[in-house]
Amino acid sequence: MEALVSKLQVLVNNGPALLKGTAVTIELGLTFFVVGYAMALFIAMGIVYGNKAISTLLSGFSWVFRSLPAIILLFIFFYGPTRLGINLSAFWASVFALGLRTAGYQAQYFRGGIQSIRSGQLEAARSVGMSLPKALYKIILPQMFRFALPATANEYAITIKDTSLAYAIGVVEVLQQGSFIIAREYNPLAIYVTVALIYWIITRVGTRFFAYLEKRYRIPGFKVSGFKV
Amino acid sequence: MTAVLKVENIRKSYPSEGEVLRGISLNLNKGETKVIVGPSGTGKSTLLRCINRLTEPDSGKVWLSGEEVTRAGNPDRFRPKIGFVFQHFNLFHHLSALKNVTVGLTSVQGLKKDKAERKGRESLEVVGLSDQADSYPAELSGGQKQRVGIARAMAMDPELILFDEPTSALDPELIGEVLEVMIDLAKKGMTSLVVTHEIGFANSVANEIIFLDGGVVLEKGPPEEVLRNPKEERTKQFLHKITELYGE
Amino acid sequence: MGFFQYAWTILPHLLQGVQITLLMTAISMSVAAVLALLLALGKMYGSSPIRWFCSAYIEFFRGTPLLAQLFIVYYGLPVAGINFDSFTAAVITFGLNSGAYQAEYLRGAIQSIEAGQVEAARSVGMSFITAMWKIVLPQAFRRVIPPWSNDVIYTLKYTSVAFMIGAHELTSQAKIVAGEYFRFTESFMVAGIIYLIMVYIFSRSLGVMEKRLKIPGFEMRE
Repeated sequence: MEALVSKLQVLVNNGPALLKGTAVTIELGLTFFVVGYAMALFIAMGIVYGNKAISTLLSGFSWVFRSLPAIILLFIFFYGPTRLGINLSAFWASVFALGLRTAGYQAQYFRGGIQSIRSGQLEAARSVGMSLPKALYKIILPQMFRFALPATANEYAITIKDTSLAYAIGVVEVLQQGSFIIAREYNPLAIYVTVALIYWIITRVGTRFFAYLEKRYRIPGFKVSGFKV
Repeated sequence: MTAVLKVENIRKSYPSEGEVLRGISLNLNKGETKVIVGPSGTGKSTLLRCINRLTEPDSGKVWLSGEEVTRAGNPDRFRPKIGFVFQHFNLFHHLSALKNVTVGLTSVQGLKKDKAERKGRESLEVVGLSDQADSYPAELSGGQKQRVGIARAMAMDPELILFDEPTSALDPELIGEVLEVMIDLAKKGMTSLVVTHEIGFANSVANEIIFLDGGVVLEKGPPEEVLRNPKEERTKQFLHKITELYGE
Repeated sequence: MGFFQYAWTILPHLLQGVQITLLMTAISMSVAAVLALLLALGKMYGSSPIRWFCSAYIEFFRGTPLLAQLFIVYYGLPVAGINFDSFTAAVITFGLNSGAYQAEYLRGAIQSIEAGQVEAARSVGMSFITAMWKIVLPQAFRRVIPPWSNDVIYTLKYTSVAFMIGAHELTSQAKIVAGEYFRFTESFMVAGIIYLIMVYIFSRSLGVMEKRLKIPGFEMRE
């Protein structure tokens, strides 16, 4: 009983620090997720609708950023800019490193989404006189986003968890805060488990949100059973 | 002489459909072929599945050569003796035709590999598929698949074979090859209980036709009686519809 | 010295790390495979408490970061009296983690095997267990190869995280030489190239294996 009370006491004392860390985690996660999402859009379109050169280049780019371990990317973006004379904070190095990485993955989901839209859709759009950009914007993309939604939701979950890797280059997100607390108070088991649960909660909330989006933007009668990535 | 199959008062309901079988009884003696006909959805398949307990009946009893199938806790040991041929074949995708036939022999009946293989090849020969022994199900036509299904059931030396609409899922031109095998088996004395729409088949080999409607046996008798002079009105209607559909 | 000369100099050190990386990947994937089978079957066919445990386990290991799990195993468990060296802690964590993901892929694969297969198996007299072993699992296994291959490559990349607890795999070796020669960016770029080569080789090999194991005519539906 006493042990439990003292454990709770520890959590209460260090609550603010954990909250601060959680805020950084969410900030980092959402920032690089959105950055990656936007980039992925253009990369996907380039791969599907660009000429051979652009398509191959972007595919290669996507492959490299999916195949390199996140830690390596973080280090390269942390130490690299200095050599080029640019001063990049650990936070922003993480945003770019992880952002490009998630862009590599999301581009593949968008590509899969586009390719599962029947070619007749684009043909029909062009045949009523829409230009390619307009057809993409009004016809292709709305369907693509819906198809890619499940994969996007999954990527969000991965994103939140991967923010923990920014620890390696010194970003003070929630896991790092946990380590600080342990340096002061000890009890690594309880603290790290608590931190793990915080991630779990953030992920769950996000997944709920995506489930809501899926419902809200469902096309009546149109079944999306999954698609080849 | 004990009947090979004795079915007494089988009842089965489903929450969504109500009572599908309302007390069905029938007997099958050695060497007999009986055909069950009736409108779709009247529980004909369910009846067959209750016999080998793929579906558990709500009440009623089943005996196989005097032993009560419905009593045993675990029906596994009866099933090798009751062959079952499925409407949708249900061949094991990952095994060749020969392996499909022998897997039951090796893993259930404990036969040694070479003995099982010999038996398997014999069965495939009876159904006319010796040269397809090493083909995989996905490479076979519907008619070939079903013949493998029959070989698989036969290889276990069952006391009777249950056929659940064996040709309903086949393209018309493939039905013939399967019926040929079934007629051949019946003539050789295999005890069979067949659910089918193929009246021609019933007419040529059945000892008795059983008309199932609304969950009960409405009428039964030898083909000459039931097909030429049906007593019940519903039977007349059903046969009329069927002959319209299939021609005589 | 130029980039390529430097790369050549540090290569031996890095290759030592590669050995550990590959060893870690191999052992954790083996552990994970066995674990996945137990978890999947437990979650689908176990008694209530077993089902609950398997679900909770999978939810935890898929819903929390690998790094946090690693810290819990390496720094946290000693509190309960369990001590592991960095290599073992890493392998255990990766195994536990990957096992959770693979359990879900396996469960999906098993559930995608249509009921008719099991019925046919039971109809020739196979017990439930025999039917599982001889008919369902061999087919589920074929279907699970694509996501499983993905997971192998994921694990290969995530072994890099183990440097944080002092394991001597590729990334930690890169960090060491970077500190020695004071050439950080380049060291990690060379390590990166090595990872890319490994990923490429693994992808190709797994693709070949997938083709070899294909059952004629049996498409792997998603």
